[in-house]
Amino acid sequence: MTRPELLRVAGVTKAYPGVVANSDVSFAISEGEIHALLGENGAGKSTLVKMIYGLVKPDSGTMTLRGAAYTPAEPHAARASGVAMVFQHFSLFEALNVAENVALGMENPPPMKELASRIKAVSEEYGLPLDPARMVGDLSAGERQRVEIIRCLLQDPKLLIMDEPTSVLTPQEVDILFRTLRQLSAEGTAILYISHKLEEIRTLCDEATILRRGKVVATCTPRERSAREMAELMVGATLTPPERAGTAKGAVALEVVDLSVASPIQFGTSLKNVSFRVAKGEVLGIAGVAGNGQDELLLALSGEVRAARDTVRIDGTGVGDTGPNARRALGLVAAPEERLGHAAAPDMSLVENALLSGALRKGLTKNGFIDWAATEAFAAGIVKDFDVRTPGTHVAARALSGGNLQKFVVGRELSQTPSIIVINQPTWGVDAAAAASIRQAILDHAAGGAAVVVISQDLDELLEIADSFAALNEGRLTTPRPVQGLTVDEIGLMMGGAHGMEVAHHGH
Amino acid sequence: MFGGIDPALLIAALMVASVPIILAAIGELIVERAGVLNLGVEGMMIMGAVCGFIMAVQTGSAVMGFVGGALGGAALSLIFALLTQVLLANQVASGLALTLFGLGLSSLIGQNFVGIRPPATGAVPLGPLADIPFFGRVLFSHDWVVYFSIAVVAVTWWVLKATRMGLILRAVGESHDAAHALGYKVRKIRVLAIMFGGAMAGMGGAYVSLVRVPQWTDGITAGAGWIALAIVVFASWRPWRALVGAYLFGGITVLQLNLQAAGARIPVEYLSMSPYLITILVLVIMSSGKGKAALNAPASLGQNFHASR
Repeated sequence: MTRPELLRVAGVTKAYPGVVANSDVSFAISEGEIHALLGENGAGKSTLVKMIYGLVKPDSGTMTLRGAAYTPAEPHAARASGVAMVFQHFSLFEALNVAENVALGMENPPPMKELASRIKAVSEEYGLPLDPARMVGDLSAGERQRVEIIRCLLQDPKLLIMDEPTSVLTPQEVDILFRTLRQLSAEGTAILYISHKLEEIRTLCDEATILRRGKVVATCTPRERSAREMAELMVGATLTPPERAGTAKGAVALEVVDLSVASPIQFGTSLKNVSFRVAKGEVLGIAGVAGNGQDELLLALSGEVRAARDTVRIDGTGVGDTGPNARRALGLVAAPEERLGHAAAPDMSLVENALLSGALRKGLTKNGFIDWAATEAFAAGIVKDFDVRTPGTHVAARALSGGNLQKFVVGRELSQTPSIIVINQPTWGVDAAAAASIRQAILDHAAGGAAVVVISQDLDELLEIADSFAALNEGRLTTPRPVQGLTVDEIGLMMGGAHGMEVAHHGH
Repeated sequence: MFGGIDPALLIAALMVASVPIILAAIGELIVERAGVLNLGVEGMMIMGAVCGFIMAVQTGSAVMGFVGGALGGAALSLIFALLTQVLLANQVASGLALTLFGLGLSSLIGQNFVGIRPPATGAVPLGPLADIPFFGRVLFSHDWVVYFSIAVVAVTWWVLKATRMGLILRAVGESHDAAHALGYKVRKIRVLAIMFGGAMAGMGGAYVSLVRVPQWTDGITAGAGWIALAIVVFASWRPWRALVGAYLFGGITVLQLNLQAAGARIPVEYLSMSPYLITILVLVIMSSGKGKAALNAPASLGQNFHASR
């Protein structure tokens, strides 16, 4: 069946000082088509959709919408032409309620009462139930995304842009989302779907445009290609999956017993009776939808949040009431999710940032004075070993791209010869090749006898590197289970709130 | 017990005494709801006081004086807007500098106006209403600015709660990044909010030099701007609570004056410092209450916005 063309992008170029984000990009999307935009971080996907949504103006090239020239000067103009966008990092206001958030994204919102009933109606029609009066700050990540989607749907968009929508969802929520998207597509709404999750694209999308370094390198029909073929088109190189040596597990290195702490974060989730143990050489993967206590768990393990002495034990010694430096001294290093402002001080140089966490274990200070030569050598070593792309170690952390900074902060922790490693979202925003090398480094440390806790929202990643698997749900941790033999359904249930028994029920 | 203090007069006096603080606090409340922390309220008030005074003396019209005060305050706030919204300077430092600059500049401008009497701002003739016993004196024998200040509170409350403009303003203060992503002009909205805050502070200052005192001397606002800043926090960014807070503080100011006049056996210095002591106390109590009050603070308050594109 041939459908009329909706949007054509022809020869669009956009350059920023120092980088060409998009170079001569062309593609077309028909009405009702689900079109994937595929590429690594920094390939120019975001810039491209920002141009379509009117947030960025192209330097050259043309766009046509239903045959007419389309040059949105700002998002208002784009929305008026029927283009709507669901953002990767949610564009929501936590202290406002659902209806207010929806109203802010609309051109001519109806009065609040009418809007609330329309939100209810549309959300039920598309199987995305939502209470318009609730504060967005109290919603889960999946529910927040519903707010964004409904905000778009209320305006009857002709083209819906979705920027990495599934990164924060459980498998079940992904199913619901895909059902909604297929329903929209059947009604004639075109969907531009950005992702780097290849299996998703293969199940959902009709066409795919693959970008690499700002250029279109291929177009294909995802159903006819294997995930591996598309990945190699995306990266432009052959990929090797990480190798794991089947090492025997040693003694228990890190033990957490009945840990309950209140969240120090506004709208955060408190940890409730979390217990697990990790042996030397073992990788424990902790899954869960964002906002279910991942940040709090990392804080409690790193020592930034303190608890009772015996709730956290390193090699049998209670350390629950000690701070990060005492735990570092015992060999525990931690890499938090938030790179700027938590893992790294944005305005300090890489050398200074290397010092901040490495001073103790690498002996970078003497009698209270900093050994700059050793610190610089340490920072330079990280940059070299983890392939951090930077003009030098003197640049501010802020100046690095997200993926490069991630390589740096993970590398900094792994380079301290740790015996226990705690990492939240190790490869978030990192391109496929670098992600593979970070995972390999984690596995190498485990093979060398380190106990590793990896908290991640990327299930594929956890299944690839973890020996045992647990899920966080509203601050509670499920009992860790060996990864081998786990099915995706079981994992989804663990993440979705079914504890222990229920998993068994559903499993049969 | 009252020792010669007439309650009707006391309440009427506190309503008058609170006007400068209400106006300045409502202006600052809007500025902070838009996510900007302008500590220059005192400076904008005193610029309003001197500009309003000069305008009133030159034109012979008290109403023009208030217009002049608003313009003076808004003009000074534009400097703050330029520094923080265009040049992305630190808001706290810029605000403090604004206060110091305003105090100095007003002193320079006002040199030739010391000792002059401005045109009077009379009570609004409300006819028989003013003759009602007690209430007539408390509520219906004020000048127009007293009623105007209450109207400003009501309108601000309604705009924030019920209009799209108010929603957008709150959204910008809550998350400037999200507001920008949705296509709202964060910088423009904030500059307008800053100018509104300046105009309101300026009017408040003009009320001091035209009605409360009424003459021009250096440093005439005497810290009212700081009290207004404290009241915004005390009110946890809600307009009606700001009104209550302003009346509370106005009440303390008036009461201490009355106590002094009535010859209370407390040293004058303690009475004069009491409004400021209470300001400090309120700020401490509000911020210690398990962050309850802080929860309502606009999330982007005090953060500069730079569209990274």
